[in-house]
Amino acid sequence: MRRRGWFSDRPRVLPSPLIENFLTMPASPAKPGGPLLTADGMPLKTSLERSLKLSKIRALGLIFPPLLFLVILFVIPIGSLLTRSVDDGLSNKVLPKTLAAFERWDKTSEPDESMFEAVYLDMQAADTLDLSKLGTRMNYEKSGWRSLVKITMRGLNRIDGPPYKPAMLQLNKRWGDIEFWQSLGAMKDPVTLGYYLKAVDLKYDGNKNIMRVKKHNRIYQMLWWRTFLVSIIVTVGCLILAYPVAHLLANLPLRLSNLLMICVLMPFWTSLLVRIVSWMVMLQQNGVVNDSLVSLGMLHDENRLSMMYNFTGTVIVMTQILLPFMILPIYSVMKTIPPSYMKAAQNLGATPALAFIKVYMPQTIPGVGAGCILVFIVAIGYYITPELVGGKDGRLIGNLIAHHMQNSLNWGLASAMGAILLIAILTLYWVYDKLVGVDNMKMG
Amino acid sequence: MALPPYATPGQRIWHFCYLTICALVLFFLVSPLIVVIPLSFNSAPFLHFTPEMLTLDPNGYSTLWYKSLFGMCDAEGASLWTSCTDKWKVGAFNSVVIAVMSTILATSLGTLAALGLSRDHVPFRRAIMGLMISPLIVPLIITASGMFFFFAKINLVSTLPGIVLAHTILGLPFVVITVTSTLVGFDNTLMKAAANLGGSPAYNFFKIQIPLIAPGVISGALFAFITSFDEIVIILFLGGPDQHTLPRQMWSGIREEISPTILAAATILVLLSIVLLTTLELLRRRSERLRGISPS
Repeated sequence: MRRRGWFSDRPRVLPSPLIENFLTMPASPAKPGGPLLTADGMPLKTSLERSLKLSKIRALGLIFPPLLFLVILFVIPIGSLLTRSVDDGLSNKVLPKTLAAFERWDKTSEPDESMFEAVYLDMQAADTLDLSKLGTRMNYEKSGWRSLVKITMRGLNRIDGPPYKPAMLQLNKRWGDIEFWQSLGAMKDPVTLGYYLKAVDLKYDGNKNIMRVKKHNRIYQMLWWRTFLVSIIVTVGCLILAYPVAHLLANLPLRLSNLLMICVLMPFWTSLLVRIVSWMVMLQQNGVVNDSLVSLGMLHDENRLSMMYNFTGTVIVMTQILLPFMILPIYSVMKTIPPSYMKAAQNLGATPALAFIKVYMPQTIPGVGAGCILVFIVAIGYYITPELVGGKDGRLIGNLIAHHMQNSLNWGLASAMGAILLIAILTLYWVYDKLVGVDNMKMG
Repeated sequence: MALPPYATPGQRIWHFCYLTICALVLFFLVSPLIVVIPLSFNSAPFLHFTPEMLTLDPNGYSTLWYKSLFGMCDAEGASLWTSCTDKWKVGAFNSVVIAVMSTILATSLGTLAALGLSRDHVPFRRAIMGLMISPLIVPLIITASGMFFFFAKINLVSTLPGIVLAHTILGLPFVVITVTSTLVGFDNTLMKAAANLGGSPAYNFFKIQIPLIAPGVISGALFAFITSFDEIVIILFLGGPDQHTLPRQMWSGIREEISPTILAAATILVLLSIVLLTTLELLRRRSERLRGISPS
């Protein structure tokens, strides 16, 4: 153990001859009853404070470069994800006059000439790229906006001077549809919670009231629920499988348990994609499991089990992949429980089962808690495994985030879903920290 | 773990069940990885055991898929079933380059952080530690999305430095964890003794401290290496056509044309992981011996 103390590692403040001096005459007060002084005449308290301060600065100096690196390349990117999830500045930038005219409008009557004029002037002044981006953005609020904006952009120079209303109605009659005008209300603020609402199947109406989306458009609540369900099933599955193995590993003689530990650690160390490929080989229709069951006569050739590209496949593969995360923390807690406790309990008259439940199991709770939180945290954000083995009904929230990032390019929605996931995970991480302490995390 | 001689028949049966359950779970963990190895020597382009393979007929086995993996196209029939490509070779090379660079960065930064965090009187120690480990906890899909937005602004998307920096972030927590736990057992009086004998701080660090904490640093580096080497999500989000790595090749192999070539690659990676695991175990024993803990 390290000594914490003033003469441990500060030779510059208290040079060694002085220390000796100091040790032989522990208190060298200038005058009796005054403050303790070091040999160079500085009050001991000040000297210690300075030494403490210097050691803090040194430690922070070492931590600073990696911390800066992490902040720039990890914290700021996550922050940019969060800002993007609420950012709705584009509509204000491109359509300032329109939104001002929208504010003056009573939201129910037929839009008047001044509103059409505002739209015309805004679109005339806008950058083409911004305008087409905005069209996509407006389409999230009401489908049809994108093509309406496009058509209007193309026809804009055919309009020559006021009045604008008949000219624009002639370009496309949807400009007369009051619903399009009303949907502007959801975009008028530069900051929006619209993406978050969308991520849980809610939306704004024209007056910024929150309402549910139409029934056949509700997909996200179901996906959140499924993600939660898969994570719970995988966590419980891992716990049931891990508990006996951890118990065995903790109680076997070391030489043997080290050998079995390799079985636990090997999948941990193998590439994720390799493990997924091997499960495809095992579980597909003509896979090893089905073949074996058929050749053993336990299954008819025509009703082979479909265990891949569906919910079952996702759960089986994720359980195997995350099992080591459960075994290791439980094992390390079980290792510290003295076997004599069980013997003592049985000596006092408990049956082995009762002793196990009443004496042994409560002591393993910290390990079980740590393992469960760890597995749940990792499972809830899974993306690769469901993408490859999940098929249609095994897709989780991670897959939807990837879909909106890469295919539909609705980055605001992807960010909002990511932010919700992140908050859930950070809450669990905080609980984990309180329960186990992040510095107690061990690898292998 | 053996039963006492006075165990009742019920206890014996229960004990037997318990051992069976454990064996089944371990089998569940390892069997998929083992099955891949013989299948990669399949002579037919199937992902299941052919009758020839089951009867151990030598004609059922071949190294065809390994040849195709290494881009050797002289093998007859290889062109029939697989497109002859050197993408695997290119991918492996790119993966090694990226992994080595990010490992060097992650190891030096992580060791620095661990040294700082293991000193006395570090303000906000817990918070900093939590932050350092958070890349391990935050789902990769979120990290990748955030980095995509940020890297797009500073023109790092689809570049080698971008991937290396992103992988460094992912490797950092492993190095911090392993080196910090090694430093817990480090005897600081050795450094004082060295200073007392006249060594400069830099000399003492490189000659005394580094050799003693080397096992922790190396195992952290191995973790960082394997993390980068196996990484797929960041590559999918941030990588351009020039960053075609091994996992990316496997990804497209799995999604497009799944052939035993992938199993051959998988076999090699399984063997690689066994080698790494053994190295790590040896390092752990060495570190415990150095610290005077009885070897286990």
